[in-house]
Amino acid sequence: MEKKVVVLNVNGIDYELYINPKTLLVEAIRDYIGLTGTKRGCDTVSCGACTVLINGMSIKSCSVLAVQAEGYKITTIEGLEKNGKLAPIQEAFLDQGAYQCGFCAPGMIMSSQALLNENPNPTEWEIREGIEGNICRCTGYNSIVRAVQAVASGKYTEVKS
Amino acid sequence: MNKYTVINPHEPFRVINTHVRNIDGIAKVTGRAVYTFDVKLPGMLYGKILRSPHPHAKILKIDYSKALEIPGVMGVVTGKEDTLGVKQGIWRRYKDLCDEQILPVDKVRYIGEPVVAVAAITEEIAEKALDYIDVEYEVLPAVFEPMDAIKKDAPEIHEGFERNINVTRHIEWGDVEEAFEEADYIREDWFKCGGQAHMCMETRCAVSSYTPDGKLTIYHSNQSPYYMQALMAGVLGMREGDIRIISTYVGGGFGGKFELDGAIFCSAVLSIKLKRPVKIVYTREEDFIATKRRTPMYYYTRTGVKKDGTFCAREAKVFTNGGAYTGMGATALYLTGFFHSFPYKWKAYRYDGYRVYTNTLPSTSMRGFGAPQAMWCSEQQIEWIAADLGLDPIEMRRKNAHEEGTIIPGQATIASCGIQQCFDEIKKWIDSKGQLPPNRAIGISACGFMSGGIFNWFDTPYSFSSAVVTVNQDGTVELNVGAQEIGQGSNTTLAIICAETLGVKVEDVKVHSGDTDFNPADLGAWGSRQTLMAGNAVKMAAEDAKRQILEFAYAQSGLNIVYDLDIKDRWVHAIARPERGEDFVKVVRRAIRGKDGQRIVGRGYYTPHRKGMISPAYSYMLQAVEIEVDEETGKIRLCDSLTAHDCGQPINHLGLIGQLEGAFSMAAGYGYLEYMPFEDGKLMNPNLVDYKVIRATEMPPANIAEVDTYEPEGPYGAKEAGEGLTNPTAAAIGNALFRLFGIQIKECPIRAEMILKALKEKREKEQQGK
Ligand code: FES
Ligand code: FES
Repeated sequence: MEKKVVVLNVNGIDYELYINPKTLLVEAIRDYIGLTGTKRGCDTVSCGACTVLINGMSIKSCSVLAVQAEGYKITTIEGLEKNGKLAPIQEAFLDQGAYQCGFCAPGMIMSSQALLNENPNPTEWEIREGIEGNICRCTGYNSIVRAVQAVASGKYTEVKS
Repeated sequence: MNKYTVINPHEPFRVINTHVRNIDGIAKVTGRAVYTFDVKLPGMLYGKILRSPHPHAKILKIDYSKALEIPGVMGVVTGKEDTLGVKQGIWRRYKDLCDEQILPVDKVRYIGEPVVAVAAITEEIAEKALDYIDVEYEVLPAVFEPMDAIKKDAPEIHEGFERNINVTRHIEWGDVEEAFEEADYIREDWFKCGGQAHMCMETRCAVSSYTPDGKLTIYHSNQSPYYMQALMAGVLGMREGDIRIISTYVGGGFGGKFELDGAIFCSAVLSIKLKRPVKIVYTREEDFIATKRRTPMYYYTRTGVKKDGTFCAREAKVFTNGGAYTGMGATALYLTGFFHSFPYKWKAYRYDGYRVYTNTLPSTSMRGFGAPQAMWCSEQQIEWIAADLGLDPIEMRRKNAHEEGTIIPGQATIASCGIQQCFDEIKKWIDSKGQLPPNRAIGISACGFMSGGIFNWFDTPYSFSSAVVTVNQDGTVELNVGAQEIGQGSNTTLAIICAETLGVKVEDVKVHSGDTDFNPADLGAWGSRQTLMAGNAVKMAAEDAKRQILEFAYAQSGLNIVYDLDIKDRWVHAIARPERGEDFVKVVRRAIRGKDGQRIVGRGYYTPHRKGMISPAYSYMLQAVEIEVDEETGKIRLCDSLTAHDCGQPINHLGLIGQLEGAFSMAAGYGYLEYMPFEDGKLMNPNLVDYKVIRATEMPPANIAEVDTYEPEGPYGAKEAGEGLTNPTAAAIGNALFRLFGIQIKECPIRAEMILKALKEKREKEQQGK
């Protein structure tokens, strides 16, 4: 298939890529742009390790083509911190120990962030549903739920400002 | 959501057991952590592996000439042409247990076994090249179940192993026949325990880079860089020191990443041949079908008790499905037999284990290391015995439980044991729940676990753990350890022990691990060994460094020699007069000058001595799990849980909670979700759609009551946490089903259709009775 120029806006920067149109978004992000924070854990769109935000909503980047993401604002785990200051959800993950090996963490954090974007005050069940598509083999999820709850309770916005 | 209670907390420490964020956390939550999966080297090639479609076959001929013609394909390797054909294994002391050629020379023994590896300039080209390789096989008869494989006329999987029996294990103490004589009641049952996939989120992967100076550098996702270094040296005919293993961030291990795998071996062989870096990443499917798994077991257990519930004797026979190779399965065979006795006192006990080769995916260690299988059978049978005799299951367990000073003849002496208080906490919790809604019940299960193994079948001349503490002139500290961080938090735990001992803050300590070029050898992360063993080494190294600093401070202070000095919170002071002191950095700076400019270096190591056959220390726990069952569908929902847990002195507070919650999720998966069906040696669900692991919506609260004890052999009194808790849950779920319906499920994982069948049988029996 003929290669094609694709412009992806990732974390506020436009990247011009010359790629096969069949390239998955996750491949574009990891292999062409070189942002390796986003992970891959399966070949069946089942694990969520590759989750990124597209216009603030979570999407599994192994389930879309890079060309389909053209024209949207893509945010990866690397785009959450601003000038070295971590986002509240990242601080909360640190405080709750909501990761262990950390391999699921980028995707898990992006799903959590998307959930909070959509619903700033989720119930425990809504949090669990919000991250149901993300597998974590290490933590048992409860610490992740606590981290999202801590952000929802406003714990980290007050400290920041 | 979760409750965390502490029973008998110890004296407050400065760092130990305080809220310390994981020291690798920033890297992990910002995407900066570079895993092997992320490594890209200049000129790197990508490798792919062609795998056996047959469970048992002779390799007659391999023709890869067409593959080499594809543009971008750089090279192909086979076992026969490009390897020394070394049969390797982790039980290096025993030649016949070294039975696995990662690229077999003439015979394959399971579906998915590597046969040929290809390197190309892209992964796609390498993948495509596999289609152009012709392998001619002579298919041999295969056998898949241990009970078939031990039959006289079964196909021979490895030469010279009669009836395909790979290893046997015998454990015995007391006079078993006599002790059974004393019993008023004897019960026997057969159980079947399933396998389980480690399912690390980072699949097996490696990047090998061989350079013309004869050195090989390998980035590899593993639990023990030293083992990888030593094993690779063995199979490649190289010196250990010429191989460097780098494993900085590892995306999970769970017992599945401390043996050689196809990714590390094939990438290295390709790199040596092509003199270019080669990366191999397993797909999820490869990770399911071509690694290893928790050992499936057939368990026979016979238990004799007195009318009052006193345990007399137990006898167990186990046949395990070893799969095609030994791996760590030989250890699992031993440990399952030992932990089947836990946590109870038996006057007499006998265990005979047989590990049987089959033409399936090899089985090995997985978190719990044989104990989850042991407890699935033991804790259910004990529950049924209590019911048979009309005794309270908690009280019956309690009266037979280990205590401080219990001697397990020839095996172990228990120096610390908090299980009695675990019984109290669980009882209180169950009582507080009162009447449960219909279709709900609570099941309990007890167990214990080791804090590192004592055995040295790896035959290493090095101490089991080592550490080096270096104090810089600005008071910062370098901690070099061979202990391996795989997510369990060992870097943080060891930094905490170092900071506490040296009297500095955690942020002063930089931990260097996961690189064999710069760190001392250590057996790595398995068998729950690092907190106790590496922890002791770190404590010793930090004490050594501290002593050098204090000697200097002492010489300067002019104090009467009866005074003791100490360092806390970066303050060097007399213990009796804490206000009289000096800033740590100032003292260190002068001390370095006093040593003619040398940095302060402390060394520590740990090798267990006179601690029995298994482990220097044992953790204890009791778990209660509340479940709800839909009688129409047979589906189980976990509602709530409490684990009362004794890990001695907790060191890493956040890490401990995380480990206990995480272990629960994996253990529950083993109990009711993670089924691995095989058909003619083929795994039928090698993907995350069909292989079910627990998701956030299925995870109940995992409440913890931490019963603090003091373990004399552990650093600051610490012992195992996080692996042992994989043991009780399957049985606790089974016991809840028994409470709810009176059904006895003897196979795990418990599937909905098994519950429906048991309920149907029960109804039929009741109808017949009418
Ligand atoms: S990689 Fe698993 S869902 Fe995308
Ligand atoms: S932290 Fe290891 S998979 Fe989630």
